[in-house]
Amino acid sequence: MEQKALYDYLLLLGDNPTILGQRLGELCGHGPELETDIALTNISLDLFGQVRNYFQYAAEVIGNGATEDSVAMLRHEHEYKNALLVEQPNRDFAYVICRQFLFDIFHQLLLNELMSSKNERISAIAHKSVKEVDYHVDFSSTWMKRLGDGTEESNQRLTEAMGFLWRYSMELFKPTETETLMAEMGVGPDLSELKPIYMERVNTTLQASKLVMPEKTTYQYGGKTGRHTEYMGYILAEFQYMQRAYPNMKW
Amino acid sequence: MNKDWPIWEIFIRSKNGLDHRHAGSLHAADAEMAIQNARDVYTRRQEGVSVWVVESKHITASNPEKSGELFEPAKDKVYRHPTFYNLPDELKHM
Repeated sequence: MEQKALYDYLLLLGDNPTILGQRLGELCGHGPELETDIALTNISLDLFGQVRNYFQYAAEVIGNGATEDSVAMLRHEHEYKNALLVEQPNRDFAYVICRQFLFDIFHQLLLNELMSSKNERISAIAHKSVKEVDYHVDFSSTWMKRLGDGTEESNQRLTEAMGFLWRYSMELFKPTETETLMAEMGVGPDLSELKPIYMERVNTTLQASKLVMPEKTTYQYGGKTGRHTEYMGYILAEFQYMQRAYPNMKW
Repeated sequence: MNKDWPIWEIFIRSKNGLDHRHAGSLHAADAEMAIQNARDVYTRRQEGVSVWVVESKHITASNPEKSGELFEPAKDKVYRHPTFYNLPDELKHM
């Protein structure tokens, strides 16, 4: 029972960077500038590196011949536990940056807490990942300011992206049963405690970016319990293609 | 309005290197972005521990047509090389 909960928790930790990494990977060769293209795919690779650590561990926990690849790529859509935010499409560069920013701030807070997890393996992964994520925060925050405080058009586009994506932000802080259990066991943080710090940090960057906090919105939830948006199937079709077409294929 | 980002020259100091060396150039809208881009483009394989960036327009280059008058006169001034001194054996790496 406890093993199943730990496995589920590792999916909750690993599925966000998996799906966001896949979204960023779609931009490979399509970034707005060569340098930005490299930066975004670097971030994608950072995320997949972290995912491997979580899923190698998850495969050991669940046993039955599972591997990091089978955990990552052979589940059905409703078995993925990523938040809805990270599956939102790359509509334009403003959406890419805004989605990244909203996730990065959360990700950094999460990893800072996980470093003191009672589960040593999770704590070690968090220690290893946090420097990468500190850079992601720098990257997306400076781009928020650059676009928000840039031209009239860049400000307007970022405002639109923020207005759309903000509804998916609060799901990150709404604990599932697994996350509540892990918080009680000292393995993971109490997510609701991270929310006020998140709001403050987002607000500070928005102000510096000449943006306003979106007005009250109807927050969307569901990804963490396996109910995804219509985009998810398409993401998985591409993501899983190789493992489905050529089972157990390796590089 | 010029919509192209300016070009920046990138200088990287490697772990064991004492000086920053020219690594190449890239596009960026401002200095902060140039540092980030340089980090992402030129230090992905642990090439560096420090980065300098300077916008290319701030570099003044010598005129290639003047290379004769600038550099050739040094050719026959061998006495400027410290090779005419007898060094004690204890002194190494000179």
